[in-house]
Amino acid sequence: MRSEIGLLAIILLLVIFEVFSNKKQKAAIIPLALILLGINTIIGFLPLAAGELFGGMFKTNALLHLFKTTLSIGVLILLLQSADWLKEKVVAENKATEFIILILSSLLGAYYMISAGDFLMFYIGLELTTLPVAALVAYETLKQKSAEAGVKYILSSALASGSAIFGISLLYATTGTLFFDGFAEVLTMSNLSILGFIFFFSGLAFKISLAPFHFWTADVYEGAPINVASYLSVISKGAAVVILMIVLFTVFKPLMPIWSKIIYIVAIATMFVGNLFALRQQNMKRFLAYSSIAQAGFILLGLLSVDQLGSATVVYFVAVYIFSNLGAFGVVQAIASASNKENIDDYEGLYRTNPKLSLLMMLALFSLAGIPPLAGFFGKFFLYAAAASKGYYVLVFIGVVNATISLYYYLLVVRAMFLRKNEDAIPYFKSKLYMKLGLVMAAVGILVAGLYSPFYEYIFSISNSFLN
Amino acid sequence: MDILSLFVIVPILTVLALVFAKNLKQSRVIALIGMAIQFAMSINLIFAYIKERAVNTDIMVFTKDVLWYESFNIHYSIGVDAISVVMIALTSIVILAGVFISWKIDDLPKEFFVSLIVLSSGVFGFFISTDLFTMFVFYEIAVIPMYLLIGIWGSGPKENSAMKLTLMLMGASALLSVGIFGIYFNSNADGGALTFNIFEIANVHIPLAAQNIFFPFVFIGFAVIGALFPFHTWSPSGHASAPTAVSMLHAGVLMKLGGYGVFRIAMYLLPLGTLTWSNFFLVLSATGVIYGAFGAVMQKDLKYVNAYASVSHLGLVLFALLMLNKTAWTGAIIQSLSHGLLTALFFALIGMVYGRTHTREIAKLGGLMKILPFIGAVYVITGLAYLGLPGFSGFVAEMNIFVGAFEHPDMFHRILTIIVVSSIVVTSVYILRMVGKIMMGPISDEAYTKLPKATWYEKVGLVLLMIPVVLIGTMPLGLSEMIKASIQPFLERLL
Repeated sequence: MRSEIGLLAIILLLVIFEVFSNKKQKAAIIPLALILLGINTIIGFLPLAAGELFGGMFKTNALLHLFKTTLSIGVLILLLQSADWLKEKVVAENKATEFIILILSSLLGAYYMISAGDFLMFYIGLELTTLPVAALVAYETLKQKSAEAGVKYILSSALASGSAIFGISLLYATTGTLFFDGFAEVLTMSNLSILGFIFFFSGLAFKISLAPFHFWTADVYEGAPINVASYLSVISKGAAVVILMIVLFTVFKPLMPIWSKIIYIVAIATMFVGNLFALRQQNMKRFLAYSSIAQAGFILLGLLSVDQLGSATVVYFVAVYIFSNLGAFGVVQAIASASNKENIDDYEGLYRTNPKLSLLMMLALFSLAGIPPLAGFFGKFFLYAAAASKGYYVLVFIGVVNATISLYYYLLVVRAMFLRKNEDAIPYFKSKLYMKLGLVMAAVGILVAGLYSPFYEYIFSISNSFLN
Repeated sequence: MDILSLFVIVPILTVLALVFAKNLKQSRVIALIGMAIQFAMSINLIFAYIKERAVNTDIMVFTKDVLWYESFNIHYSIGVDAISVVMIALTSIVILAGVFISWKIDDLPKEFFVSLIVLSSGVFGFFISTDLFTMFVFYEIAVIPMYLLIGIWGSGPKENSAMKLTLMLMGASALLSVGIFGIYFNSNADGGALTFNIFEIANVHIPLAAQNIFFPFVFIGFAVIGALFPFHTWSPSGHASAPTAVSMLHAGVLMKLGGYGVFRIAMYLLPLGTLTWSNFFLVLSATGVIYGAFGAVMQKDLKYVNAYASVSHLGLVLFALLMLNKTAWTGAIIQSLSHGLLTALFFALIGMVYGRTHTREIAKLGGLMKILPFIGAVYVITGLAYLGLPGFSGFVAEMNIFVGAFEHPDMFHRILTIIVVSSIVVTSVYILRMVGKIMMGPISDEAYTKLPKATWYEKVGLVLLMIPVVLIGTMPLGLSEMIKASIQPFLERLL
């Protein structure tokens, strides 16, 4: 509960600051929020005993705590990357506080969601994660695309939440309990419980944007401000993946023969849909949207191994993915705020004008593609290993084929940046301090998380803490 | 620091130093120093190995083992036998020569040398690894810089060639990873712990069914980079588009990763799979030998001739490996060495000719011997060595291969061997025709008479590559004895 209370305190402090500050002081909200969140993140590194609250509705353990800290680092990087954008565009409109508070509220929701001990807490967390983001997607109110994206997001996520809670009610009807503890003992294989599971799963699949529930993704990412798209693709997706894993491994264990088949098919569909659609994208945000769909497909490979290995590889991959995607989105953000360009064509010749940004982008994309010695390679290799350990060699084969397809479109961006020469390439610009910090943190994550094995080993050692 | 890890650390340090280089002069000097150290270390390694071998009878010497990922039992474990030692020596010679040949690279020199040396660090790491995972990591590190090297500094349809090459090789490594998982998750077949260590796996009896399933994955995964027919298509276009030093390194060294991996991983760890599949792949590799030779005859561009010739000669390496006997295997390894040196020489020479005449078309060139005597002489010698003239490395290699191949008394092997031997004739056709046309004969263009002579750095690069060719050709016994001793454990696995 410590991280949640800390986060709540930050949000309240920011509200108080907003109320009592005059116009000149408003810009100070950004460093204030960053420092407070930084402190809360650092506190997150202190160990926390496992425990539960509210009669088992809220549970925490070492793995969840680690994951919350990772999410917190992710949001910190994200806020660092968006600080300059906020300062230039949003402070003037007097809306910076809202932006930060909404992001942090959504993060708080993610905390509650992954710590949920019963379906009600899960549902509250899910809604708290989603609703603030819907406001954020439509943040640039004067842009038509942004407003459209906001409507799309709120409608589809309302549908998804509705589907999830309908599933929950069906499950309640079969078992008579909402608590995760002991749920597996009373859950039996029946048509009603399978139906309930499928509705519940579809609700979560919306959040993770698994095929065939991915249709909102590209449009929403394109319309949303870049940092919000980035938030959607890393934080909200990452949290949803982890809670999906927890419920599949514990609550729905009796249904495993069913859900393993569903995951198997959805994984194949998601990988192919994400990868094949990404091939022809021009807009970087749409491109990263489809790439993130494909990445979600890879994550499902780890879910098929219901043991310590499976949960460790999933959590590790999500953590690595957060760094890689934040690196890529950070560069897109830096370029967009300097030149308003976000098409792959516009990146032609970028290396000759902005070598450092191009290098970071290449690192991030190679990490997403799974090229050693970057962290993404280890993440992917271990996910395959988890699937292969249960004999899913065919799925691993489909996975590696997809990884090769994905390399093609990641290389398209590298080609534009490095291989092409361009007379009117985006001119050299200097990134501001916050942006630099945000990018460097992501780069360090990409470089270190793989080669430095204790990171994975620590996750592995604690990843059985929720399995019984 | 142990003697082997330095082979990876020196390139990394060189790359770090290169980051601070400001212009071409500084970059090439830093690259030269780094690679010269590497070269000196590899010479030292050969002597150290011979000395160590006299007292140490383990399969691998200079071993070291550091735990990396405990839960997967992944180690950074290294060691060398004679095969790896000669491969390391080959790599360090070719990369050093490559630095000399790239002395005048004008566009983004720093980045060029960084990519080149990152690639070489992957190759060195690959040859010293004795852990499947670590080996795989180094393998991919060696492949991916090719994209930038061909794409940025190449010529012709470089973007497409680079993409094709990268995707095919990474696709192959994807297959390979499936094979590696298959081996890894069967490495507890005798009840031990799962392991990636090659020599621990070699003691395990992996079930026949698993071997038969995973052998083609591992074999094809490696053989694609060894230009196995019909997966060779990346090679001609890739080599033709690549800048000189990259063609040298790629054809000379990187393609050898294929044969080495096939031998060390596929055949050593999956012997039963090898026996099941050897005839199938034997036919493919024999087809590659013939196809490559005839393909080379048809080409009009010097680089394409050499690229198809590489397909043919590396097909011969796989062919010899699949012959499954000591003589042929020795031949395969010497052929790898010999082809690495000769093809690097060829690409270097083609680069020099192209840099002066700005054409690689055989029809447009002629009489260069009179204008460029040094380059011309080396070209002729290389050509003769390539087609297997006694006294050079090519002869030793092919002799061993075909003697080994004929040891098989059955009809199938005999017929294949006869077909493959006939490729020697075709090789002479394209080599002699090419050398005769561009070196001898009348000068095709008056403008060529003013071409500048070979510079000192070009000469150094060529001589560096030429010396081992002659050494292997004239004193093959020491080398083949050294290799034969290391082949013994492989042979014991199959019998």
